Amino acid sequence: MTAPITAGDAFHSIDGSYNFAYLDEQTKRMIRRTLLKAIAIPGYQAPFGGREMPMAYGWGTGGIQVTASIIGVDDCLKVIDQGADDTTNAVSIRRFFKRVAGVAVTEATAEATIIQTRHRIPEAPLTEDQIIVYQVPQPEPLRKLEPREAETRKMHAYSEYGLMHVKLYEDIARHGEITTTYDYPVEVNARHVMAPSPIPKFDNPKMQMMPALQLFGAGREKRIYAIPPYTQVRSLDFDDHPFAVQTFDTPCGLCDATGVFLDEVILDDKGDHMFVCSDSDHCKGRRQAGHVGPRAAAAARLGFPGSAGDGA
Amino acid sequence: MTAEPMLTVNGLAKTFVLHTQNGVRLPVFANVDFSVAAGQCLALTGPSGAGKSTLLRSLYANYLPSDGQIMVRHRGRMLDLASAEPRQQLEVRRETIGFVSQFLRVIPRIPAEVIVAEAAIAGGASPEDALAAARELLRRLNLPERLWSVPPATFSGGEQQRVNIARGLIRPFPVLLLDEPTASLDPVNRRGAVDLILAAKAAGAAVVAICHDEDVRAEIADMTFDVSSYKAAA
Amino acid sequence: MTRSEPLMEAAGVGHIYAGGQVGCEDVSFRLYPGEVLGIVGESGSGKSTLLSCLAGALEPSSGQVKFDVGRQGLRDVFQLSEPERRLLMRTEWGIVRQNPRDGLRMSVSAGGNVGERLMAVGERHYGQIRDQALDWLGRVEIAADRVDHLPRTFSGGMQQRVQIARILVSRPRLVFMDEPTGGLDVSVQARLLDLLRGLVRDLGVAAVVVTHDLAVVRLLSDRLMVMRHGRVVEHGLTDRVLDDPQHPYSQLLVSSVLQA
Repeated sequence: MTAPITAGDAFHSIDGSYNFAYLDEQTKRMIRRTLLKAIAIPGYQAPFGGREMPMAYGWGTGGIQVTASIIGVDDCLKVIDQGADDTTNAVSIRRFFKRVAGVAVTEATAEATIIQTRHRIPEAPLTEDQIIVYQVPQPEPLRKLEPREAETRKMHAYSEYGLMHVKLYEDIARHGEITTTYDYPVEVNARHVMAPSPIPKFDNPKMQMMPALQLFGAGREKRIYAIPPYTQVRSLDFDDHPFAVQTFDTPCGLCDATGVFLDEVILDDKGDHMFVCSDSDHCKGRRQAGHVGPRAAAAARLGFPGSAGDGA
Repeated sequence: MTAEPMLTVNGLAKTFVLHTQNGVRLPVFANVDFSVAAGQCLALTGPSGAGKSTLLRSLYANYLPSDGQIMVRHRGRMLDLASAEPRQQLEVRRETIGFVSQFLRVIPRIPAEVIVAEAAIAGGASPEDALAAARELLRRLNLPERLWSVPPATFSGGEQQRVNIARGLIRPFPVLLLDEPTASLDPVNRRGAVDLILAAKAAGAAVVAICHDEDVRAEIADMTFDVSSYKAAA
Repeated sequence: MTRSEPLMEAAGVGHIYAGGQVGCEDVSFRLYPGEVLGIVGESGSGKSTLLSCLAGALEPSSGQVKFDVGRQGLRDVFQLSEPERRLLMRTEWGIVRQNPRDGLRMSVSAGGNVGERLMAVGERHYGQIRDQALDWLGRVEIAADRVDHLPRTFSGGMQQRVQIARILVSRPRLVFMDEPTGGLDVSVQARLLDLLRGLVRDLGVAAVVVTHDLAVVRLLSDRLMVMRHGRVVEHGLTDRVLDDPQHPYSQLLVSSVLQA
């Protein structure tokens, strides 16, 4: 842990090579202005002058710029990738902000003031004191069906969203059900249709009336959008094919949790597998509280990371 | 007959100008005046090339007259078809004037009974009623039933002629224009066609007909009009 | 029956391109509900420019194009706000493009293409949307088992029919057709024409058909305008213009066609 940063040296990173949180103050101001605009028009994709970041597009440059623009010395940052705090991308982004902003970092959802995420919304309900920042590869929900940017902008401007249902129609026509499971389109504040980033549709209901502020950054496409706290977020569907989240027949193999999003894990080369919480912090918390899943012992025997023996 | 005139022609003239052939002018007729009342039949006479068909087509707004008026009682008022807007001309054709041409020029690939029924549908009949009426008429005209669902392109002249007559007579048009309605028919079928024409007259139709068959003409016509005596000067 | 207000009115419509080249000039007509107006002329006659102006795609440099928007009376199409005009184009209007690729979404199934306009106006019942898509594909003689196939697996004639179903499903009051049979084999053209003729009659939809093919207008249109050098040189009942053309150019055009 580094020494706490005071207001006086807030404009410098820990090693003195960069401005606080890497971006210069002008850029941060520009991004904050864009964020305010995005919050004022929930679900609207606000263009911004995205900067080059010291990492490739696809590694969360949009989310990082948003986080860098809102983070302060007192913040506590959590970064998750595929629900886990310990994946390469999550670790490197956390390390990046530790270095360029010197802020506290955490894996505990409840302790974080800012959560930057790729692919998941934590299982624990977020609060008014938290901000969740999504990394977005493709902000335009209509893009696959309408390649022309000028046209999709008009479609948003005039609420011409029939095409979005064409996509869902195609799903049902070909597969008998809506097979879109990630990045499932939502209508925000009864106005803009929005791509929720590649989170599983399982997480879509968490966006509805969420107490936390939700910010979305797309680095390559240079777009920012937002959902203010307590905003209506409705997943698109048909009257006779209503929106439904994924369900799992088994509880988490490690912590016995139900009603959470599970990942399948292969245990050996004979095909033995189990389902475990995608949200590693949630799983850890339950195990510490004494919950034991049906596969906990087997996982521990195999030295499975995050299994009972590893929990505390 | 003292019935009110249905069709009155005033000073009608037609001259073709062939711009593709150095503007040569082909005068056909001029100063044509006549009037036909409801229930009357006027037969146009004159030798071949006198302009009978040209006059009849002008009365249907298929040819554009060079001069004069074609007053038609349409929706209770006299309307000059020669100067009417295309929209009104279409309306007159839909509601007031029926035409049986000498040769069938109808839409290819459409079954005979549908060609006939369409004329009734255009007049507001339901498709079912129209088809039933079409079949009834084709039966009365002795068109073999196996031909009803066949497009008439391959029909004989007489068969096509009967489709044509059925199409023109399926609705009680107040004005009927007939161009050689019986020309290609054998005596039996000619009788059927003449009966239908007489029935239309009795129902109040004003008829203008071109008819070379003197017996038929004598039977249907109340008066004649020799087009050749209205030959226009070149 | 026909004592209705005009559906569309063109008043002195003209368009001059940036280089000073005349696209079309001083075109006026009224189109009434259910009427089919044909526009013929050679390439360069201005008929395509005129169609673009009429269909709201190209603002005329002079004159006005008015349409009976929402049955509320004639309104200048180019004075409508953009969302109003776009709404018009996907509800009361339809445009059949010569190349079906321009009028279809090639990556969306036939059924999805036909259903799009329904979804665009808020239809949200999958089963009903699909039923209507099947019904319309049937009307354009496309077998029900092709409903989920992509248009690129269809022949040109079938693509054109899907395009027509995609438009007619919203029950438009006016359809613009730009060389609807262009690029198709002769036998396919004939079948498409029969189909169009039947649909136009059954639905009572008005249409503006631009073509260089006199057989197309003979079959489809009630009225005909002949264009040359951007101007209308003759206008009248279709059979009158074709059987007794008055203008030297119309006579040339008609006499150039072999009588079939």
